[in-house]
Amino acid sequence: MTTRVLQTAVSTEVDVEAPVEHAFRVFTEGIGTWWDPDHHLLEGELAEMVFEPLAGGHIIDRGTDGSECRWARVLAYEPPHRVVFSWDINLRWEVESDPAKASEVEITFASAGPGRSHVVLTHRHLDRHGEGWESMRDSVGSGWSLARFAEVARQG
Amino acid sequence: MTNHAAVLSALADPTRRAIFERLAASPSAVGELARQLPVSRPAVSQHLKVLKEAGLVSDHAAGTRRVYSVDNLGVGVIRDYFEQFWQQSLDRFSAAASQSFREEE
Repeated sequence: MTTRVLQTAVSTEVDVEAPVEHAFRVFTEGIGTWWDPDHHLLEGELAEMVFEPLAGGHIIDRGTDGSECRWARVLAYEPPHRVVFSWDINLRWEVESDPAKASEVEITFASAGPGRSHVVLTHRHLDRHGEGWESMRDSVGSGWSLARFAEVARQG
Repeated sequence: MTNHAAVLSALADPTRRAIFERLAASPSAVGELARQLPVSRPAVSQHLKVLKEAGLVSDHAAGTRRVYSVDNLGVGVIRDYFEQFWQQSLDRFSAAASQSFREEE
């Protein structure tokens, strides 16, 4: 596996020992079988992940307590070769409600011989998170860290 | 500027990445991190040392405590973070897809 780094994007590739149709299905419908369960945005325990199979759908985390978190909008759904979704998550692993601060993930699936696929994932517009961070820091200036310091010092 | 290779290797460890994510959410002391994670206090300190050397976190004294936080989170660090995150995620995906296909056959 190799990784190429673009300026505001990262691109990662992997080979799969399965045809593209199967790889596409496991990536989307079967997202819960491979997604790191530590990386969900619910308060409670994760029960299942749902990848709605259409453009305009969402990727949804469902909790055992019935809570729901929609953390991605499906922007393109083209089985078995391509899927694109928004990354509506900020750097604190919370849902980002401002689409201008969301980045984007594109995955392509290409046949690499019988029973074999080559999958390329590109996560782009990462600067949108960076701008969010910068603007937040700038808008509150040094007051933020001083206030934080005072708060931490009080508790300590 | 942070050193690309040092950042990548610091974030490659899942426990260190978990510590980094928690510090991005809120500055914390070693004890707080050790309570939130299934890791001993000395191990947390060791991980923080690596993150600090990579320029990912900084620390300051607050009374008797030492508080760690994530500073200057530029796009380079975000990129390094996601590069690690997706590499590990795609490895999991490839293993799951390859295995479920073998089982279907």
